[in-house]
Amino acid sequence: MTAAALATLVPNSTWYLLLAAVLFGIGAFGLLVRRNPLVMFMCVELMLNAVNLSFVAFAVRFGDIAGQTAVFFVLVVAAAEVVVGLGIIVSIMRRRPGATADDLAELRG
Amino acid sequence: MDLVVFVLASAMVIAGALGVVVFRNPVHAALGLVLTLFGVAVHFVAMEAHFLAAVQVIVYAGAIVVLFLFVIMLLGVDRAEDLSIEPIPIQRPLAAVVGAGTVVLVGTAVVRTRDTIARGPELEASGDSNIRLLARNLFSDQVLAFELTSVLLIVAVAGTVLLTRKQKRRPEHDGGGS
Repeated sequence: MTAAALATLVPNSTWYLLLAAVLFGIGAFGLLVRRNPLVMFMCVELMLNAVNLSFVAFAVRFGDIAGQTAVFFVLVVAAAEVVVGLGIIVSIMRRRPGATADDLAELRG
Repeated sequence: MDLVVFVLASAMVIAGALGVVVFRNPVHAALGLVLTLFGVAVHFVAMEAHFLAAVQVIVYAGAIVVLFLFVIMLLGVDRAEDLSIEPIPIQRPLAAVVGAGTVVLVGTAVVRTRDTIARGPELEASGDSNIRLLARNLFSDQVLAFELTSVLLIVAVAGTVLLTRKQKRRPEHDGGGS
């Protein structure tokens, strides 16, 4: 492909959806592999962002703003989720410093 | 030009995501997350979702990652984690299979349906700006969900305060009062 042909190549929604799929896969892999609860939480955020990206790509493709409204709600719920999740992690770590996800297999304090 | 923006922002997104997964220090992982979030914000701008790009930077990169960093500092877990420990023997290969499988399945679906998905009109064809369209949708069709969001935020804040409050030792002779 020549440089002139490359210059006229415009990314369409399929590209964004593929990128979102890759981002979601990386997030899922990290969630399964990492043992630090905080880093696992960050991987959940990666997956949420992948979904946000595909929501916006579909909103542009369909010409329907409702997809972007959905992203707005995902942002709000993600913020609330992070607050609650970090609160739980703080109260767990206070009881058992240095706990990993494997140490939390039983619910007993 | 669009292509250059897409490639650079995608490189940011992928590099940051890989950083979150492979960095041993949680602080570095949080910084990788910032890189990814900024890359996604650039993509939002490229897709002309300007309001969401601004909110992405303010809420995600500004508030959520700062919250992560605060908790990391508060708990003192900012030491490197030994990534060579693998508690379940075949966990990592299986996780790689799950991750790669997700990417391949979704990618195949996206590529195969790239011409069959309906294509709508331009979003800003009516002449309204992105934020005006979003506001009209949010405060008319989705107004109930918007109101419920306030309930969610109040519940989340109250619940977190309850969860993280240090429990006071109850006095021995407290009578019957609660």
